[in-house]
This record gives sequence, structure tokens and C-alpha cells, in this order.
Amino acid sequence: MSWQRKILRVDLTAGTVTPEPLNMEWAMAYLGSRGLGTKYFVEEVGPGVDPLSPANKLIFATGPLTGTMASTGGRYTVITKGALTGAIACSNSGGYWGAELKMAGWDMIIFEGRSPKPVYLLVRDGEVSLEDGADIWGTTVWHTEEHLKTKHQDPLMRVSSIGRSAEQGCLYSAVVNDLHRAAGRSGVGTVMASKNLKAIAVRGTKGVGDIRDPKAFFAATKAGKKVLADNAVTGQGLPTYGTQVLMNVINEIGALPTRNHKDVQFEGARDISAEAMREKRPTDGKANLVTNQACFGCTIACGRISQLDNGHYTVENRPQYWGASGGLEYEAAWALGAANGVNDLEALTFANFICNEDGFDPISFGATVGAVMELYEMGVLTKEQIGIEAPFGSARALTFLAEKTATGEGFGKEMGLGSKRLCEKYGHPELSMSVKGQEFPAYDSRGIQGMGLTYATSNRGACHLRSYTVASEVLGIPIKTDPLATDGKAGLVKAFQDATAVFDSAGICLFTSFAWSLVDVAPQLQAACEGDWSLENLNVVGERIWNMERMFNNAAGFTAKDDTLPKRLTTEPAKTGPAKGLVNGLAKMLPEYYAERGWTADGIPTPETRARLGL
Amino acid sequence: MMNSLHIDASKCTGCLQCEMACSYENHGIFATSKSRIKVFEFHSTGRKVPYTCTQCAEAWCMHACPVGAIHEDKATGAKVVNETTCVGCKVCTIACPFGTINYVADTGKVQKCDLCGGNPACAEACPTGAITFVDASWTGLDRMRSWAEKLDTTVKTA
Ligand code: SF4
Ligand code: SF4
Repeated sequence: MSWQRKILRVDLTAGTVTPEPLNMEWAMAYLGSRGLGTKYFVEEVGPGVDPLSPANKLIFATGPLTGTMASTGGRYTVITKGALTGAIACSNSGGYWGAELKMAGWDMIIFEGRSPKPVYLLVRDGEVSLEDGADIWGTTVWHTEEHLKTKHQDPLMRVSSIGRSAEQGCLYSAVVNDLHRAAGRSGVGTVMASKNLKAIAVRGTKGVGDIRDPKAFFAATKAGKKVLADNAVTGQGLPTYGTQVLMNVINEIGALPTRNHKDVQFEGARDISAEAMREKRPTDGKANLVTNQACFGCTIACGRISQLDNGHYTVENRPQYWGASGGLEYEAAWALGAANGVNDLEALTFANFICNEDGFDPISFGATVGAVMELYEMGVLTKEQIGIEAPFGSARALTFLAEKTATGEGFGKEMGLGSKRLCEKYGHPELSMSVKGQEFPAYDSRGIQGMGLTYATSNRGACHLRSYTVASEVLGIPIKTDPLATDGKAGLVKAFQDATAVFDSAGICLFTSFAWSLVDVAPQLQAACEGDWSLENLNVVGERIWNMERMFNNAAGFTAKDDTLPKRLTTEPAKTGPAKGLVNGLAKMLPEYYAERGWTADGIPTPETRARLGL
Repeated sequence: MMNSLHIDASKCTGCLQCEMACSYENHGIFATSKSRIKVFEFHSTGRKVPYTCTQCAEAWCMHACPVGAIHEDKATGAKVVNETTCVGCKVCTIACPFGTINYVADTGKVQKCDLCGGNPACAEACPTGAITFVDASWTGLDRMRSWAEKLDTTVKTA
């Protein structure tokens, strides 16, 4: 039983902190982290709640493998109703914070209400208190972390916090831990700010024990690590190149959304790729990439640590940005780069630093910049409104907008609306490249058809981390399917969605799934935890979690009409590359998917499906 | 042959598998706070450096202990704390120049690396080869080899 069996309930309105036993009956049905946290959420919060009202709750949840020696066992998720989407939100983060919370003796923290003044939560094992956050409110994530470690004289403390963007109401603000690891999407940080909660500082010394069968656990986790080490993606590609290993690959197959999805290939892709990050810059003779870095317990180590060229226009005379920090991963490099036609690697890296420093999602931010640039080129938005000339390809506009979004000054407030609200406001809703209000990540669904269905049906709005069919359609994992075909994609998407829900709920990193299937995860869970974690049951658990999220969204007012894609992707064919002439075939895939799921033609789980899953 | 822990910090990714392995070996629990090896992350340079006791031949801690609670394990060369003898006076923690012997508030005794009796759990757990357990007299062998490889041994003809 590698749950701690204890959760913390923090009533921010009343200023109280109450420990509670973990509901083990729910743990048996929903595992942990994403699944179990969402179960608590849907049981306790009405679907109609306004995301930024005190009635919304914010849950930080670890999984049963978090804080153990299972590879990548350091993850946690933040669950709430998303500020950006109004749908169920569940953002996952690595780094060290999640494991620290678990080692402090807690599976989960549930925040409710709204504090009358800024506060932070201090957790030192069983000693937990709400502290006055006046000195850190209005400061960055980076400052907050340093300040709390100094104030409490505890360099080993781990901090998760929000930056100024969230306080200013940017709708896609993140929760950032360990300086550059983020629960990035759907505006979970914005919800945290609405509760006047600035940070959670944790020091855990109790540890995670009580492994059900230690001998079997060490055997299973060791075998799992070997599979990761021997796999070309998790053993070589990710540690050497990070997720950025994908930039050139995805560009070549014609699925790199470029300039707000007007194109599917970017002529500057190479300049912002993993390969470019490793090359010596002509300006200072150093490479952008300094080293790789692991999250807690991770034997893959995909993280990028980068250092800017000190002479670059973004950081000239600003030594606070001269040190190494979290560098570009693929999604950020795409969103800050190809999505806007910008190929200046240093500018992208700087914008990424700013996203980390002030806590906002580089994907939604970058995609919103893309929409702004298109509106600028159409003459809808002007230099006077934006504060700078903003054609596609302008690195200066990108970094200018990043700094404005960080503080909410000037046009930064508009940027913080996200592309959907911003494009609606300026009369061009069709230019927002989003689903359910959340911007697309880095795969164009004209070149990778399954991703269209993935995006349209994702429970948290457009997202690649809900069913990464890229693995199958491009990399051939676990089997190769044709990225240009729609046949069979409904079943593929369902299978990926259900399996992903299990990975996320176990407390491990989804990137293990390049090498692991649930066949590799099941024995690790079974050895660690009481309960039935056989492959058969895990498949049901994954499907149950997916349907639970869907039912919350349906009750919140989402219908089949929201399982859609922007017109650009279903009516404007790809202009170049292997997908030339193609649009996304969502209309064909969607009914197949509903049937595959056991849902009605309106996308509602049938009573039989619900009964089968115990919902 | 005697082995010693050899650390190549340039390979370390900061995964903390070593810290968990150490705490599990000695405390039966995954708790990085209880580990005898610590990985330090220097954020502004991106460096991660694992650090633990090097088992000095003339160990300051052993000589400083007033009750003789630290002895050498002849088989491994490790300086080992005998918990029943230790009175928790912490003099050894003052004597050690490297800070690698520490007081444990929970037990009232000190703890330090004891090489796990000759099969160090950290080296076993490290996925990158940043920690290895190698011939104590030849910890520099790999580094020598990498420099040797660079030597130009082609015959020079004028
Ligand atoms: S694969 Fe990358 S993101 Fe996942 S746990 Fe490892 S370092 Fe973190
Ligand atoms: S196990 Fe190895 S790579 Fe991981 S933190 Fe320890 S020394 Fe570094």
C-alpha cells in the first residue's frame, strides 16, 4: 500500500487545515493522482461552478508510485475546473515537489474557498500551517521560491507556486515547482491565484514506505528501468535531445503547425531544433544546451537546462537571466517558434524563461501570439494597440509580448485572455486554434489525422497528453499506423486515452509510455499496492477515469458540438509535405469514436457503459 | 582488492535514485532526507553533484570519537558507526572536514556511509554510472584512459 492514506483539507476561507483519511474505496477504483483526485473533485464540486469563484476547489494529488524507486515516480497533478476552458482540468508536473509532499506523509491536498488575504501553505511533515503571503504576493515564481527557502532557513524545501501572470488574471497561468517544472495547462495557476494562495512550501522527512511486497517491487521496478534504458527513445533520444528530438521529424512529415496553422511545415524548423540547441553559437562559442536533467526518480532525464547568449538583445545588461535554467522542450519550442514563424532560438529560450519565471503556459501563450500576429497582418490589430509591430516571424514581438503577459501590463492583459476570447473580442473567432478554449499543441491534425480526434475529444481541451497517437502514427509505438488515414483511429484514440489515464494516475511520467505499456506498469503497481492492479483491471480503471471526466464536462454544459476543430483544419488543406491537399477527417472519426466508447450519438455515455464501469 | 565509491558528477542527472536506495537500505523507507549520500544541484550552472563519505584512511571522525564508536571494517575499508556505542555527542560531525557524517535527530545517533557492507546500494541504483564502486587503487583509470586516447601516437615523419 504505497498510498500514505492521508490527505489534507485546507479551507482557505476559514483559514483551517484538517487531516483526513484517504478514501481507500475510491483509491481501489481510481488508483491515485489524476483518477483519484478527479474522483474527489467531481464528488465535491458542482459542474456549474464558476472556475474563479470560491466554490471551485483545487486539488494537488500524488499517485501510489510517487516518491518510490519506480522510474519517474515523482509526479503530481493539479485538478480543478479550468480557468481557460471551464472543463475538468488536470495538469501534471514532475520535478521534486510531488515526491516531497508524499514523503511528508500526504497523498493529496484539497484547497477550498478563498483566503481573505494572500497566504501560502507551509507543510513540514505533519506540521501544516497557513502563513501570511503578503511579502511574496506580486513577485515571481523564482523570487517566491528563493524567498521562502531563505525565510525558513531550509535549502532542502521544495516549493510550488504561481507567478505574477496568475495574479493578473492571465487565463492560462501555470503552477510551477522547482523553478521550471509546471502543471502547465488549462489555467490551474489562475484558479490558485483566485484563492489568494501564492505557494505551497513542503519539506518531507517521513518517507514513503509500506511497499506491499518489497522483493517483487524491486524486481519489477528494476525490470522496468531496463526496458527504459534499452529503448531507443527513452534510453537515447530523450536524454540526448529531449522531446525536441521531434522538431525535425514532425516538420518533415508535414505536421508542424506554422504561423497559426496557415502552414504545416516551417522553413526555420532546423534553427529551433534539438540539433541547433547542441551546436556552438557563432556569437559566444557556447551551446544553448548546457545539460540534461531528471525529475525525481527518473531514469530517462529528458529535461533541458539551457543558458542564453549574454549578448542577445533579450538579456543584454540583465544578468539575472545569464545563469542556466529550464530550456526548451518540444512543445514550447514549437509554440514560441513555429506557431509564430520565429526562428531565433535565443529569443525562444528567453520567452520560455519568462513563462517559467512568471508561471504561464508557453503553449497557450505562443499560440495566442500566433493569433495576434495573424490579426496584425490582417490589419485588425495595430502597432499602437499591441505596443510593437507584430508580423509573423518577429522575435522582438514574441519576447515583448512574453514580458507583458508576465506582468499583465498593456497588451499583456489581452494576451492573458487566450486566443479564443481574444479572437472573439476582435471579431475573428475562426482564427483561434483551440478546442474547448484551449490552444493546440505542436502537431497539425492534417498531417497526423488521429490527433484531430484526440484534440476534439480531449476532456481538458486541445491537448496531446490525453492520447498521444503520434507515438503510433509517426514513431510506430506500439504499432505503426498511417498518419494520413482516418481508418482505425477511433479505436486507437480510445486505447491511448484509457492507458494514459492509468499512467497519470499511478504517479509516473507519461514519457515512459514510449517504452512501457500497461504490461510493464501493472507488476510495479501490483507489487507496491494492495488491490487488483492486473492488466485487465487497469484497462477498466483507465476507461472509468475517462468516462468520469467526460460526465463532469457533459454536466458542465459541454456537448458533442464542443468535440470539434477550428474550420481551418477541416476546410483549408495542407499546402505542402506528405499531407498536401488533406484536411482533418474528424467528421468520419467522431461517430466511430462515440460508438467505440459506448456513448450515444450525442457523445453521452449510455447507461450500459456507465453500469459496466461502475459510474 | 579493496573497492571505493567513485563519483563522476558530470554524468549525474539529479534523479535521486541513489538517495532513495540509500534510505531504503538503511531505514527501510524511501526518504531522501535520510540518505547518507546527497545530490546537490547548482541551479545557475546546471551542475548536479552527488557527495558522500570517501572513507578517509586516517578518518577524522574515527579519531575524534571519545567512546570509540567508529571502527574500520577491515574487509571494505569503510568507517562504520556502532549505534549501540554512539552517545550522540556529535564531536565526529565537527571533526569531519567534509560534513559527511551527520546526526540523526530521530535516533539520537550519528550516521555515515558504511559502503553497505561491500555492495553499495547507491552505486547499484545509479542509472547513469555517475556512482560506481571500483578498485580503490585505480579510481582514476577511466579518466587516464580518456586522456590516453587523445595522445597522438602516429609515427611522425618529417
Ligand atoms: S521523462 Fe522527462 S519529464 Fe518525465 S520524469 Fe523523466 S525528466 Fe521528468
Ligand atoms: S542515482 Fe546517479 S544519476 Fe541519479 S542522482 Fe544519484 S548519482 Fe545522480
